[in-house]
Amino acid sequence: MSKLNTSNSELDLDRPNIEDYLPSGSIQEPRGKLRLRDLLDISPTLTEAAGAIVDDSFTRCFKSNPPEPWNWNVYLFPLWCLGVVVRYGFLFPLRVLVLTLGWIIFLSCYFPVHTLLKRNDKLRKKLERGLVELICSFFVASWTGVIKYHGPRPSMRPRQVFVANHTSMIDFIVLEQMTAFAVIMQKHPGWVGLLQSTILESLGCIWFNRSESKDRGIVTRKLREHVEGADNNPLLIFPEGTCVNNHYTVMFKKGAFELGCTVCPIAIKYNKIFVDAFWNSRKQSFTMHLLQLMTSWAVVCDVWYLEPQNLKPGETPIEFAERVRDIISVRAGLKKVPWDGYLKYSRPSPKHRERKQQSFAESVLRRLEEK
Amino acid sequence: MGSASSMLTQYDIEEVQEHCNYLFTQQEIVSLYKRFCQLDKNAKGFISADEFLSVPEFAMNPLSQRLLKLVDGLNFKDFVAFLSAFSAKATVPQKIELIFKIYDSDCNGKVTFNDIIQVLHDLTGSFMSDKQREEVLSQLLHEAGYTRESYLLLDDFVKILDNPGLKMEVDVPDD
Repeated sequence: MSKLNTSNSELDLDRPNIEDYLPSGSIQEPRGKLRLRDLLDISPTLTEAAGAIVDDSFTRCFKSNPPEPWNWNVYLFPLWCLGVVVRYGFLFPLRVLVLTLGWIIFLSCYFPVHTLLKRNDKLRKKLERGLVELICSFFVASWTGVIKYHGPRPSMRPRQVFVANHTSMIDFIVLEQMTAFAVIMQKHPGWVGLLQSTILESLGCIWFNRSESKDRGIVTRKLREHVEGADNNPLLIFPEGTCVNNHYTVMFKKGAFELGCTVCPIAIKYNKIFVDAFWNSRKQSFTMHLLQLMTSWAVVCDVWYLEPQNLKPGETPIEFAERVRDIISVRAGLKKVPWDGYLKYSRPSPKHRERKQQSFAESVLRRLEEK
Repeated sequence: MGSASSMLTQYDIEEVQEHCNYLFTQQEIVSLYKRFCQLDKNAKGFISADEFLSVPEFAMNPLSQRLLKLVDGLNFKDFVAFLSAFSAKATVPQKIELIFKIYDSDCNGKVTFNDIIQVLHDLTGSFMSDKQREEVLSQLLHEAGYTRESYLLLDDFVKILDNPGLKMEVDVPDD
């Protein structure tokens, strides 16, 4: 599988203190003269370790919860079989047709517009935006997307970014259908990568590579440049940095919150009634994920455009990020966990272990002084 | 994928329960099985060290490497037996036995001065010097009536730690 290496310490700078969130009920501040017993008693540390083995909030974030089977009896099973026949035999081909039609229309309009209107930038961009919104609508139609948008639609103004919680790459399509955002995304291989380098490029999207730490400085610069430009499409950022299962939110990366502009939160909540929209990238490729959506009855979700937020005086970007995460989590009914999403790909930095060691060492040395 | 409990029959549950001396209820064993299958990503029948370390809360723990020696590669029955020391129903001597195993890294039934220094090193890292650790331990051993050359046996551990008792429990979630 993928090789895990200790995460870049840069990624952990200025993180909120994880120890504040983790259950530490077993660790009381010991008092009094130090005895042999206190040195040998490793039960609090062992309890924490065993607790993590039995259950931990990080793994919960990425657990796909398959729906309970409801069809195992004499009359429900044939009904379900009928449903399968309808979905795979009728709906799926119909949807493939609709999607193909959509692509044909899109491509036949996009390339002429892109090449012929090279001089009239403003008109070209307007048409390209409209076309991208169109193809996204076709995508949504191909899963019978039932999407309710709440709140005022995003407006095209400079010095603002949009942030949303992340469940799957279809989040981007669901939002793009309404507004042609520019996105910052991980570069993907395959046909998705091809789309990224051609069409999404023209929207003003920014690419990054998770595993390259030098990338961060370049990306931050590109973000700032984009946000300053008045003609650029509004920028959409998923600060979690990875797909989470739509029951929890992991910590937001501070990049989007230190650009010195307004942050407009968007909350997305999927209804799992027909299909679970969580894209577990370790279990499925994006193509399989799309096929799964296209053979389900419908994708149901709610999108809330929430009140724009600004950095409050005296607030650090990290506090700002946490505050916005709070707003989004409350609106979408998600639980917050104190983990960095990138821990999916790398081990925690030794800094956390060192903090525990330091606290224990200091307690021992302090109590040694007490006679 | 699919509900794990359907793969564990009533016989299996009872067998595992017996193996852990009835320290877990049947419901807890079912929950632990779901968790075991979740951590054992390719259904090999055991959880590898790498898979344990992919739980960040575990990887951050100072004693994770020592625990891994005891828990790496266990099948489900032994996994439950290992965790049974953390059950609320386990007796204090049973818990102390696990603590003893952590210290006794060469499994010879004796814990030496050096064994304790090693564990202390894991717990304090670079925040105490070797000299400080040895001094503190020597002093405390002396005060408790032992010397640097003493071997501590399980009974010694029980005598030292069971005073005034030990709390080492985890809750198995009822998911």
